Amino acid sequence: MLRFLFVRIGLLVPTFIGITIAAFGFVRLLPGDPVLLLAGEHGVSPERHAELMHQLGFDRPIWVQYFDFLWSVLQGDLGRSLVTHRPVLAEFSTLFPATLELSVCAIIIATVVGIPIGVIAAMKRGTWVDQSVMGAALVGYSMPIFWWGLLLIIFFSGVLHWTPVSGRISLLYYFPAHTGFMLIDSLLSGQKGAFVSAVSHLVLPAIVLATIPLAVIARQTRSAMLEVLGEDYVRTARAKGLSQARVVGLHALRNALIPVVTTIGLQVGVMMAGAILTETIFSWPGVGKWMVDSIFRRDYPAVQGGLLMIAVIIMFVNLIVDLLYGLINPRIRHTR
Amino acid sequence: MSRMEAETQELAAESPRMAMLREFWAYFSENRGAVIGLVVFVVICLVAIFANVIAPHSASMQFRDSLLVPPVWQEGGSWQFILGTDPVGRDILSRLIYGSRFSLFVGCVVVAGALVVGIIVGLLAGFFGGWFDTLVMRVMDIILAFPSLLLALALVAILGPSLTNAMIAIAIVQQPHYVRLTRAAVMAEKQRDYVTAARVVGASPLRLMVVTILPNSLSPLIVQAALSFSNAILDAAALGFLGMGAQPPTPEWGTMLAEAREFILRAWWVVTFPGLAILVTVLAINLVGDGLRDALDPKLKRS
Repeated sequence: MLRFLFVRIGLLVPTFIGITIAAFGFVRLLPGDPVLLLAGEHGVSPERHAELMHQLGFDRPIWVQYFDFLWSVLQGDLGRSLVTHRPVLAEFSTLFPATLELSVCAIIIATVVGIPIGVIAAMKRGTWVDQSVMGAALVGYSMPIFWWGLLLIIFFSGVLHWTPVSGRISLLYYFPAHTGFMLIDSLLSGQKGAFVSAVSHLVLPAIVLATIPLAVIARQTRSAMLEVLGEDYVRTARAKGLSQARVVGLHALRNALIPVVTTIGLQVGVMMAGAILTETIFSWPGVGKWMVDSIFRRDYPAVQGGLLMIAVIIMFVNLIVDLLYGLINPRIRHTR
Repeated sequence: MSRMEAETQELAAESPRMAMLREFWAYFSENRGAVIGLVVFVVICLVAIFANVIAPHSASMQFRDSLLVPPVWQEGGSWQFILGTDPVGRDILSRLIYGSRFSLFVGCVVVAGALVVGIIVGLLAGFFGGWFDTLVMRVMDIILAFPSLLLALALVAILGPSLTNAMIAIAIVQQPHYVRLTRAAVMAEKQRDYVTAARVVGASPLRLMVVTILPNSLSPLIVQAALSFSNAILDAAALGFLGMGAQPPTPEWGTMLAEAREFILRAWWVVTFPGLAILVTVLAINLVGDGLRDALDPKLKRS
């Protein structure tokens, strides 16, 4: 297990270097002069241009520039935003809790709803229950979520007036951000109604973001369950006279969940892509919306830093998923 | 018994390719959802091909005296505009009909591009192995380390927002899947006896790759093609929605949604129908994809 851990962590190094090369290359591939793009200046004199070239290090060989970039990245320096002039990493860290809060709520919804649905479909294989659940899952899987979000806004905000259209909390409430998570901060503030307001802002975007992962998890759980239910040890458990609930819950589900954990982990990448659309629709102040805005504002240091940070976060999530998989899968846990 | 014999003889009389197709169809048509998906998909293709015959109006014609007319079944609607009109008085039904051309075109181009490049790179990597294989797979890992939509967005930022660039970006983002599948299949097939036999007989590497190995590695690629066809349509619509894909006034479904966004609380129809069109198309293709997977995957075949 320890060896597995070291090998797996060692594999991060080439991936990380690849990610930094991609982020470094991104700005170099942009049309137009990289000096002016990164300095955010227009129509400068040749002297100023040469000065900037030197200042930003563009007069040195490309590989020196790359190692400079890598070195500053390792020190946590991702450059400054052209628009706000704040460090990119600081901008990212302020906005990231909003995205994290949304994604965590979405993955909880997707898991808590998706797994039981998949189990039920597997138990009732071939019946109308199975067919309608799997039909619904395929619809969810095929859903253009940016449209789904708009439909929910029309219905719940426009027709029923239950939920607000955008933002994280009503402007009536103000309290310091202790954790950056609106649900926790609103509780800590002790203001009446603040928590309810935060929940009502969160619920629609979380549902939208959960839709595709939920469908994937339900489909995966169903097929994993079907596979496990045909195994000998499940038949043995049944033959011993164990109750259906015990057979399904204790023997089958535990083993069926092993591949499902990987599926849930793989959804993190899907969620980051989904967050771009969801945050744009609901004006959710997270990193997804920030990335889209930065692309529109031609704030290239921000785009570069955001790409890098998101890829690194996904890299670490994949690591955790792999380790978790090793922990819960006895076949991997006990080798060596 | 005699009927079975007759059938066997009939099958034997056919070319092996026809027999294979017949077997495939037998498995595929067992899946009711897949058949429904196929029918819907064919209908959408026909709509796209005959758009200029079916569409009641031109996609860009602005009826200035009928802005935001509701659909025909709602009060104030008229048969002239069955699904209503948008904020500048264009007929939504006609725009949706012409829009089907863009979505199917995007799907075809992206899949064709990603498939061809992916197969070539995957064949080379799997067949030759060594440092080339390592390099290719590392590059693919890096592409896969980024969320696909984010990477496509960044690529569009480099190339400039347009439908063509959106297609290129989506194809680049999708081709690692083909490279991986092709490479894995080639590595598995390469060791088989029939490949060794062909090599001993003196087949060139090119012949080994394309004629001997590739046809036996096609099943996963076909399933992946169906999946990425629908993903390409979704991603292109998402890019259009974010303003990074097809530009207005193109009647692309995602772009139509972006234009309609500010009217969602006033006119539900301008938002509802384009998205419904995307959903139905993607759903139909995914149903076909599921059917293809079940029919082509020998593990799931009932013996």
